[in-house]
Amino acid sequence: MKNKTLLIRILISLLGIALIASCGSQGSNNGALGGDAAAQVYVAPGEQDEFYAFISGGFSGQLTVHGLPSCRLLKTIPVFSVDGEKGYGFNEETKPLLNTSHGFIPWDDSHHPELSQTNGETDGRWVFINGNNTPRVARVDLSLFETVEIIELPNSGGNHSSPFTTMNTEYVVAGTRFGVPVPQKDQSIKNYASKFKGALSFIKVDPESGEMSLAFQVLMPAFDYDLAHAGKGKSHGWMFFSSYNTEESHTLLEVNASQNDKDFIAAVNWKKAEEFLAQGKAHKMPARYAHNLFDEKTQTATSTIMTEVNVLLPEECPGLVYFMPTPKSPHGVDVNPTGEYIVGSGKLSANLTAHSFTNMLDAIENEKFDGDAYGIPILNFDDTVAGVVESGGLGPLHTEFDDRGNAYTSFFITSEVVKWEVGTWEVLDRAPSYYSIGHLMVPGGDSQKPEGKYLVAMNKITKDRFLPTGPEVAQSAQLYDISGDKMKLLYDFPTMGEPHYAQGISAGRIIPNSKKIFRLEDNEHPHAIKNEAESKVVRNGNTVRVYMTSIRSHFAPDNIEGIRVGDEVYFHITNLEQDYDVPHGFSVMGAQNAELLIMPGQTETLLWKPLYEGVYPFYCTDFCSALHQEMQGYVRVSPKGSNTPITWNVGG
Amino acid sequence: MRKKPTIIMLTAALLLLLLFTVPLWKITLSAPQYPDGLKMYLNIDGISDGGTGDLKNINIMNHYVGMKEIDQEDFKEFEIIPLIVIGLVLSGIIFALLKKRSLILLWIVIFALLGIIGLYVFYQWEYEYGHNLDPKAAIKVPGAAYQPPLLGKKEILNFIAGSYPHIGAYLILISMSLAAYSWYLLKENK
Repeated sequence: MKNKTLLIRILISLLGIALIASCGSQGSNNGALGGDAAAQVYVAPGEQDEFYAFISGGFSGQLTVHGLPSCRLLKTIPVFSVDGEKGYGFNEETKPLLNTSHGFIPWDDSHHPELSQTNGETDGRWVFINGNNTPRVARVDLSLFETVEIIELPNSGGNHSSPFTTMNTEYVVAGTRFGVPVPQKDQSIKNYASKFKGALSFIKVDPESGEMSLAFQVLMPAFDYDLAHAGKGKSHGWMFFSSYNTEESHTLLEVNASQNDKDFIAAVNWKKAEEFLAQGKAHKMPARYAHNLFDEKTQTATSTIMTEVNVLLPEECPGLVYFMPTPKSPHGVDVNPTGEYIVGSGKLSANLTAHSFTNMLDAIENEKFDGDAYGIPILNFDDTVAGVVESGGLGPLHTEFDDRGNAYTSFFITSEVVKWEVGTWEVLDRAPSYYSIGHLMVPGGDSQKPEGKYLVAMNKITKDRFLPTGPEVAQSAQLYDISGDKMKLLYDFPTMGEPHYAQGISAGRIIPNSKKIFRLEDNEHPHAIKNEAESKVVRNGNTVRVYMTSIRSHFAPDNIEGIRVGDEVYFHITNLEQDYDVPHGFSVMGAQNAELLIMPGQTETLLWKPLYEGVYPFYCTDFCSALHQEMQGYVRVSPKGSNTPITWNVGG
Repeated sequence: MRKKPTIIMLTAALLLLLLFTVPLWKITLSAPQYPDGLKMYLNIDGISDGGTGDLKNINIMNHYVGMKEIDQEDFKEFEIIPLIVIGLVLSGIIFALLKKRSLILLWIVIFALLGIIGLYVFYQWEYEYGHNLDPKAAIKVPGAAYQPPLLGKKEILNFIAGSYPHIGAYLILISMSLAAYSWYLLKENK
């Protein structure tokens, strides 16, 4: 009898397992079961995510790194704003990165990350991001996940349509959102239409080092250049910029810049521009802009003020630029993976416009122009358009693509993602966003090789999606599964504010290059010391340089005397560790800047100006070992003019 | 037929030259915080970490419990061992050419004795490092010693220490076996 009961029990439980298993497989196929959304974003402890997502930090000025599908925040990379956590912009090594023609600037508004590409595919080498307010483009090295270069843009105001890259990262671009007098000068704002200009900048990227240089600018009418995307495949060699305010208004733009039925997508033939440059057609204009470069060997950034820029004038360079009329203030201008369709999202309209690159070339060849604007030929809308997506939504902003011939467009006003088919222009699916989506991102979705598994929606409004945190609520993004026919919302996650645009890439393209430490023998910092015996304190006038080392779990020296009020004390600290994930921090009481956070093998410098006599402690801020709390020391500060000799020691 | 034992004995001797390129022994330390583990190699002419920096990290770990810093300069053995290996190679070549069984047996016996002495010295090092602790060490565990195992695995505080023969040790075994085979063939040929 007993045995029989047991047998029945086993049968029942086996049946249960079979049912569960069949549910599971069904769920992963159609993605329609609500219950398994949690499993889809669950990355078990110790497991790693499949994709990296680089999400703009908006008005934080930074760039955040998340893992997908877990959406976990992995790192905040400081780019345009100082970051006390990492000493970025506070230590002497990184201060020059934030230099501009307006001096040191501790903040900016970062909008659009863009991964470097090779043969139209994201290659995981660098990510570029624009600074919108004081126009700049930064390059983040993805072996370090640190900002290594920032270039300022002259003749610009509001670097918004940036930094989109060409197929082999020949160029990243930077189009100005604001028209400004070129060159900048005292000028009546009323003369906007006649005296102001809009520069489109082409930044050349060295294929080996990644170093940026401002190759040339195309001086355009003072429209507001909003976004851009490069041609690819057949349209490689062209760059497309969306524009609004073709009315050239300078006041109450919400009304005055919304009058024209159509604005323009500017198609710039950059290969032709290279020919014009070679022919000497460029005007060498005086300009002032900073070029800041971090040298990994010396671990120090330098800032150089550049004084000249090559400027091409479209009216002198036939064939350089054409305008494609596109309805209602287009925001996104997005090129599908084959490079044939250029999709304009008219943000004040319901529909999307897909221009055909083939049609565009044909119209140009046959000179089918509908007049010109400031000498730039205008193509006929009917000649270039290949299809219109009757979306049923309102306020399309931005489109990305998958690897199955579909496109995904964000609709701000109707707060939704609309999936449609390239070529038939038919809407296939729509999913609400919470709330008011801006940009969206599919990993590789603006390259030739999208990986259409997930979509990240970056929202402008959060309201009640998370626990309330006073008037200012979390910034938010959402993850969708787009692998099936129907899009499926998986997860809400908070981001840094505000998330404008993002890039995603398979983790496997980045992991092999990610550095674990800086090798001490490669450290060429001018104030590095390679072992404890070299530590010293050197006075030169009222400048005192402390050459210090850190290793678990002490600083050398850790007792310093002979500093006087009025001295400028530079702590040059070399982290002697050569082990993964053993940074040491350094902070000293009364420092008016921040801490240092020094990676293994790295040297960083903190400037300290003691104001009053006394004895001040310093300590390691990054918990490094069981004896971290013992990792501390003292600096004695004597009155101005005192004779206390400079001495230093550790353990003596 | 008379050539075969000579060639095998010559191979046994010359094989030992490879000891200049590969480690004899490998010591590993693993802990949850070290998912890849820390590795240290014993070569005939010194200690190495294969350029990973692990040796430095092992020393940093060891200093908390007062173990002496592992410094190659402290081992004069590493000056002698390469000479012994060269001596074995040269004598092996000569004995191979002389084709005398008794000499080859002598070679094997000396080699084996040297191997046993080597292991004993190695044990002594380990004992010394594990027991000779700085009385001012930050972490003092009453009665604890940190001697790594001679062979196999052992738990030492938060680490699991492993000690295993590496390619060089296997080469030595192969060399000895070849010599023994040569000795055996010479017997047959008589």
